[in-house]
Amino acid sequence: MTTIRTFGAYGGRYVPETLIPALDELEQAWEQLRNDPSYLAELHELQTNYAGRPTPLTRAERFAPDQRMYLKREDLMHTGAHKLNNALGQVLIAQRLGKTRIIAETGAGMHGVATATVCARFGLDCIVYMGSEDMRRQAPNVERMRLLGAEVRPVEFGTRTLKEATSEAIRDWIANVETTHYVIGSCVGPAPYPELVRELQRVIGREAREQILAAEGRLPDAVVACVGGGSNAIGTFYDFIEDEGVRLIGVEAAGAASLGTGRGGVLHGARSSVLADEDGQIQDAHSISAGLDYPGVGPEHASLRDSGRAEYVPCTDDEALAAFHRLCETEGIVPALESSHALARGLDCGAELVLVCLSGRGDKDLAEVLRHA
Amino acid sequence: MPKALVVYLMAMPDTPELAQAAIEAGADILEIGFPFSDPLADGPLIRRAGERALAAGMRTKRCLEVLAEIRSRVDVPLIPMTYASIFEAYGRDELARDAHDAGATSLIVPDLPADVWPELRRVQLVAPTSSDERLKLAADTTDGWLYLVTVTGTTGARAELAPSLAPLAERARAVSSVPLYAGFGISKREHARAAGELCDGVVVGSAAVAAAEEGPAALAALVSELRAGLDAPVAA
Repeated sequence: MTTIRTFGAYGGRYVPETLIPALDELEQAWEQLRNDPSYLAELHELQTNYAGRPTPLTRAERFAPDQRMYLKREDLMHTGAHKLNNALGQVLIAQRLGKTRIIAETGAGMHGVATATVCARFGLDCIVYMGSEDMRRQAPNVERMRLLGAEVRPVEFGTRTLKEATSEAIRDWIANVETTHYVIGSCVGPAPYPELVRELQRVIGREAREQILAAEGRLPDAVVACVGGGSNAIGTFYDFIEDEGVRLIGVEAAGAASLGTGRGGVLHGARSSVLADEDGQIQDAHSISAGLDYPGVGPEHASLRDSGRAEYVPCTDDEALAAFHRLCETEGIVPALESSHALARGLDCGAELVLVCLSGRGDKDLAEVLRHA
Repeated sequence: MPKALVVYLMAMPDTPELAQAAIEAGADILEIGFPFSDPLADGPLIRRAGERALAAGMRTKRCLEVLAEIRSRVDVPLIPMTYASIFEAYGRDELARDAHDAGATSLIVPDLPADVWPELRRVQLVAPTSSDERLKLAADTTDGWLYLVTVTGTTGARAELAPSLAPLAERARAVSSVPLYAGFGISKREHARAAGELCDGVVVGSAAVAAAEEGPAALAALVSELRAGLDAPVAA
């Protein structure tokens, strides 16, 4: 019998019946592979020699002169964001399942680029769904995906952003489930995806915990990460959950605060906290950052919010832009707009020793930033 | 036994009139779509219809009013079809109760697999990918008939009836004696006839929505065609 994975009242599988066997298959494969020496060795080799792990931990002395702030440098990984951790792990699973066609959704384009990258590396067909509004905002990433051999399919429904791209990817998977693996880009979607993506992103927090202990001889007072779907945050938080003295702070875009202002609802195959109106219709999210512009969030974050173990705070577009410029000017690091939300709240969270996940680099955001200059 | 013809209509202010036309032309059961912003199981045609319905203010309460108006005009089973998020917001039991009070005879929720919310009585869906074990679970818990999704895919008309229907129907018969109605991709007389030979009824969605947009006469013409396909004598 299938185990339906939930996080408290959240998670589960709210999908058409057609997908249930594929989710069962994925869950069973993952249960085996997560302890399989050959899978883990191959993943580790790719993380080390292809992706560039472990990523450094950088002290941000000039950016945060009144604190001891450390940045976990996921921006320095190959393709420029944490998304590759997940894409590598999932494509290796897809290969072992015999799936030859890979699909993905993307918002800011970083997950699409990561998936296209791994597919190029392994010679797999790759189709990326992307809202046409996001294609406009993140044009350089569209070109990168095409250079890598992926087909980018514009999604012209509804908001034309990540929400619609995700729905369209799920519909593709429903239609092609026998040949296709869906590399979902965040810790969202039906079980086992939220747990699978978390496990593949845990490498961020595992490394950072060791690194900050080596640098400071103690655990941080706070760990801060931005939350759209929430994969860099859950990956950073997870190995600190048992460390009771460590505050876990998730930073949402103020106009896309699924945890701060959302309600219980069902989106993209899982029950979570979502931006929905009183009738359950999903509402539009608004953020300068395409990667946070999503009305849902991973179910495990909703559970961590309810239990009080993690706190979730908003950050406005202007605050994120200010942090973006400040990091550029004080540290010589161009952060992604997504990560800039975490930087802003990291500065004013009141913690003395703070770890911020710098989840990606900001090259893709230059046009958007200049538009607001 | 005559084969059942299920016709899907999106809830709109003019749906009661369309519903009456469909029944007079030979439909046996009506599925009434309550629109949702993110309908995972639906193809482009029903999605566009849903977007228009939402733009026309067809929120849950208004859909229930339209359902009651349809009930006042027709005397056949009426089955609201909508997504889990709508139930989550309205309250599962409350929406089931209010739909029933407005004249619904069952429910269809395409993003609830058979083992999720088992207490919500509804018509279960199965797909060509469903294992025998899941076919049996769905058949044992379904409300009246089992909805066979003929294709691996979303709703929408196809040129040919999917070859995956015959083996699916055969496997469903082996585990259960509930009536089997086939849907997804059925849009014309030949499909209805071929599906009717394998199953006890058919569900017509996207094609009915497209015809309904042209008005009651176009919808009645389509329903008559499908009815004729279903009623054609089975080849010896």
